[in-house]
Formats: sequence, C-alpha cells, structure tokens
Amino acid sequence: MPHELIRLTNLTQVFDGETVLDSINLYINNQEFLTLLGPSGCGKTTTLRIIGGFQTPTSGDVLFDGKRINDLPPHKRKINTVFQKYALFPHLDVYDNIAFGLRIAKLRETEVDERVTEMLGVVSLKGFENRKVNSLSGGQQQRVAIARALVNRPKVLLLDEPLGALDLRLRKDMQNELKRIRQAMGITFVYVTHDQEEALSMSDTVVVMDNGRIQQIGTPEDIYNEPKNAFVADFIGESNILDGIMHEDYVVEFCGRKFQCLDKGFGPKEPVDVVLRPEDVDIVPLGQGQLSGTVTDITFKGVHYDIIVDLKGFKWLIQTTDHSPVGSQVGISLEPDAIHVMHKSEYSGQFGDYSSYSAEFDELADNVEEDADE
Amino acid sequence: MSKKKRWLSGPYVLWMVIFTVVPLGVVAYFALTDNITGAFTLQKRANVGSYLPIFLRSVGLSLVSAVICLLIGYPVAYCIARTKPSTQRLLYLLVMLPMCMSFLLRTLAWVALLEDTGILNTFLGKLGIGPLPLIRNYAAVILGMAYNYLPYMIMPLYSVIVKIDHRLVEAAQDLGCNSVQVFSRVILPLSLPGIVSGVTMVFVPAVSTFYISQKLGSTGTILIGDVVESQFKGAYNPNLGAALSLVLMALVFVCVGLMNRFTDDDGEEIVTI
Repeated sequence: MPHELIRLTNLTQVFDGETVLDSINLYINNQEFLTLLGPSGCGKTTTLRIIGGFQTPTSGDVLFDGKRINDLPPHKRKINTVFQKYALFPHLDVYDNIAFGLRIAKLRETEVDERVTEMLGVVSLKGFENRKVNSLSGGQQQRVAIARALVNRPKVLLLDEPLGALDLRLRKDMQNELKRIRQAMGITFVYVTHDQEEALSMSDTVVVMDNGRIQQIGTPEDIYNEPKNAFVADFIGESNILDGIMHEDYVVEFCGRKFQCLDKGFGPKEPVDVVLRPEDVDIVPLGQGQLSGTVTDITFKGVHYDIIVDLKGFKWLIQTTDHSPVGSQVGISLEPDAIHVMHKSEYSGQFGDYSSYSAEFDELADNVEEDADE
Repeated sequence: MSKKKRWLSGPYVLWMVIFTVVPLGVVAYFALTDNITGAFTLQKRANVGSYLPIFLRSVGLSLVSAVICLLIGYPVAYCIARTKPSTQRLLYLLVMLPMCMSFLLRTLAWVALLEDTGILNTFLGKLGIGPLPLIRNYAAVILGMAYNYLPYMIMPLYSVIVKIDHRLVEAAQDLGCNSVQVFSRVILPLSLPGIVSGVTMVFVPAVSTFYISQKLGSTGTILIGDVVESQFKGAYNPNLGAALSLVLMALVFVCVGLMNRFTDDDGEEIVTI
C-alpha cells in the first residue's frame, strides 16, 4: 500500500545570500522511485542532502512518517545514502565496508555475517569479501556502496548521481541492476541525476528542477509528453519550441497557419509555446505537408538521422530514418498528436531553436556540465 | 620514469655517498677497531653493554615526549585541517615559526625560564612560592624534547588529516555513527599513517639528542647522545663513541620498523623519514 513517507514543505536553502532552494514542496510515497532531475546547480543535491540530514534548511520543514525531522542528525534517520563517487572507507575491505552500519548498530556478529553475505549476493560481489576497495573497478565500488547502504534495511535510500562516474555501457547495466534491487527489496529510492534518459527509464516519478525551483512533477510519460514549460521541454529530450497563438480549444496557430491539436483550456487568443518533438515531425515530399523548408544539415546518429530544416529562418530539428540530402526542399507534415501546447513562462524564447545546432557543440556542452558537477 | 631521467638524481646520490655512506663506513671502522693498535677487535666493545640503562633512559624519555607531542599535536593538526584553505596556510606557517629559530637558542630560553633563579621561579618567589625544582630533572628534559619536536609531529598529522575526504565522515554519520564513533571508526584509523610518521619524526631526533639533556637535565638524566658526544670530545675514545652510535642507529631502525608495522599491510601513504 503506497502511503506518504517524506514530505518537504516550503523548503528554502540560502547559502551566503544566494537562494539555492526556493520553497520546495514535495511528498514521496513509500516504495516509490522518485528522481530529482535538473542541470548542475539546480538544487537537486541540496534537496537530497537535506533529506539525508547533512544540511539544515534555512526555512521550511522535512517530515518523515509525519514527524518533523529538521534537527534530527543523520545517524538517527532511517535513511541511507549512496554518495557521489561512493565514499567507501579505504581502510576497510569490501566485507567490513558493508558490515560497517550493522556493527555500529551492535548486531550480533552471526547476524552481521548473514546479512553481509546475503547482500554480497544481491549485488553480485560474492568472492570479493577481502578485497581492498581501492583495488575494485568503478562498477564494483558502486555496488559496494549500494550494498553498504542497503544492508541496513533503510526505509529510504538516497542516491546522489551514483552512476555519474561510470562509462555508458556500465551505466546501462547498473540502471537495470538498481531497478532489480529495488523491486527485490521494496525500498523507497530518491535518486538524483542530471541524465534525463536515466531519469525517464528508471523512475516512477520525475521531479524536474531548475534554479532552486520545481518545474514539474509527474510520471516519465507525463514529463516527456506534456512538459509544462519550455525548460522542461528542452531539458527532457529534444524539442522544437515555437511561438503560437491558441485560437480556441483544439486549434493553434504557428508558422502562419492553423493546426488541429489535442490541447484545450487556454484563454482566447492566448500566446503560447508550441512544442514539436523531433521524432513526431514527418518529412514528406515537397507539396504534400502543411509546411515546407530547406534541409541545411544532416547527421547520422545510428538509429536515425538528425536533420535540420530551415523554415523561413527558424530551424527545426527532425529525427527520421530516411535520408534527405542537404539543400533539398522538403514538405513537413504534423499530426494533431505531434503538437503540444504550453502556457508562456519565464523560459519562453530561451529554448527550442536549432539555429546554432551542431552535433559537436552538443557533446561539448554535455561534457562541460559533467565537469562542473565534480 | 625512463632510464634517461635517472641521472637527475645523480647530484643527490653523489652527495649521499660522500657525506653519508663514506662517513658511515668510517664510523663502522672505528667501532670495530682498537683505539691504540688499530686492529679489528670486539673485545674492547664488551663494555657497550654497561651503557644499557642510558640507552633505555633515552628510549623511554623520547617515547614519552613523542606521546606528549601526539596528544598535543593531534587536536591542533585536526583543527587546522578543518579550517578553510587560506586559514590553513597561515596556521601551518605559525606552527612552523619556532623552527625558524635556532634549536640551541630555543633550549637556552627554557633554561632561562626554568632555572632556580629563572624567570618563572623569580615570579613565583614574589608570590611567596618556591623556588620550585623546575629544571635538572626528567620532566624538564621531556619538556625540552616535546617543545622542540612538536612541529615535526604536527606536520605529518596535518598533511594526512587534510586529505581525509569529508564525504567519508558523512558516510559514517549516514551509517549510524555519532561524532565519537566517526572519530574512532574513520578519522583515527585513516590518520594512522600520520601518527606513525609523526611519532617517528619526534622519536628519532629525540633519542639521539645530546644538547637538551645537558642544558635541562642533570647528571642523572644523561642520555646516550651525551655519552657519544663526550667520547669524541671529552674522554677521547672515538672507538667507543662510534660503537655506541652504531648501536643507537640499530636501535632506531628497530623502533621505526616496529612502528611501521602498525600501518596498512600494503604500506601505502606512509611518510617516514
């Protein structure tokens, strides 16, 4: 039975006059996999540290099982953490690292042994008991960190970018491993990441954060299909975001013509942001679609091509499996369910234009972000 | 390192050969020869054994002063390591400051402070107390050692503690440790290499010192360093002095070896002299 386990009310954190968290309100159910997702500096790690007890909020409350725990030190919380870069004890071997919490809790050594052995099985590290943690690979250290936290059977496990230091292949494996472990143990996971794909594929609930504020809370499908504003639309996946006007329910105008859509409930003639996911846009022979443009760039991505199409000066990103040569004129076709309409926000106009698109630049920006996290 | 770069250590190797290896050979030669005939002999060295009480006294006083240095130095090193980096540099400099002054001068200053007609006793006398026997005893010798070598304790402790990742402290708290347990389970074991090297760096110079006991001690607190010195300068029996030096050296090696066994088995990060 899902019930509320953690609640954050009006949580605000100020460091040296800088507001890092601005009135966060959030509840977390038991057995939920909740992900805090956002770029570096959005406040996601600070939120996690407050839940863990390593940070006292400037104002607002943290409730655990209905009780206020703002001033409860970390060692008295039924919460364990998997730290960024693991923070394993270098003076202890794998077994002693995992047994650490149980020994502090003064369990009998036979029970310690039982639970550590069981946990070594869960994270597939049998036979590594007496290895020094520094001699392990990143993925193995990561599993020790998870085992060290889970062996205490906490009600909540906090994970701070646990897969950030692993290479792509290992990260995918560990994502599946984490999902499997959580299902097996039935523990609430609060997961912090800046990797949107990781968030979408693992979570029950995604909380998108930016600038110390929650931008949207929802299931991965909600977040992807129904982004609330231009920031969410851009941060979660790729988006073309255009200025539009909502004429009436189900009718939106952009690029100089009206389109059928599935959105309603906007004011008459309300200016809106229109989101078009690159994979929802179809390239058709010239003259067959509602719009037309010129291909200016094409990049092979393996599964699909990234094609940049210039529509009267505004560049769209379109993902399709069909090749279109640079310079060719193409038609563009949009189904009503490809169009998503959002209210204007402070982020309007900042995102969703691919005029400066470059595949190389994209990767560069990703790397910079990862470095900044360290 | 490539073979081509090895010659860079040439000057040091040359220096060590001329000023350490060769003199060591000379010491060994003197230790094993007769002072009159120059023939190899061990017979005359039998009396080295009679200096055993002095050896033990040297080791004992040095260990006590090393422990005192540890008890004073650890909290200070810990505090320095926990301040912000700019403050750390300043505090570290302050700790090092006494070392800019001559070792002899520092010891003589203690004589001026502690002697029967010294500053402290004069002051106490005005209050109607004393004069107290502050000098010419074990306590004064230990004080002199601890005072002079305290920075050598703080240096390695600080450099080990400052490298302890703060996340390990948080991890320990996360796993249920209160602040005492955080210290005993994580910080203390991780600073063990610093403790060993600090104790070594205090113990080794203290055990062979000769000046401190001459100035702050009495004839009853004479140390092995004093005996060695007097064999060369006073009694003029350099052969006995050399033999005592060799025994002292062996003793130091044994002590350092024993202490190093307390650190990790893979022996990483051990900073010894």
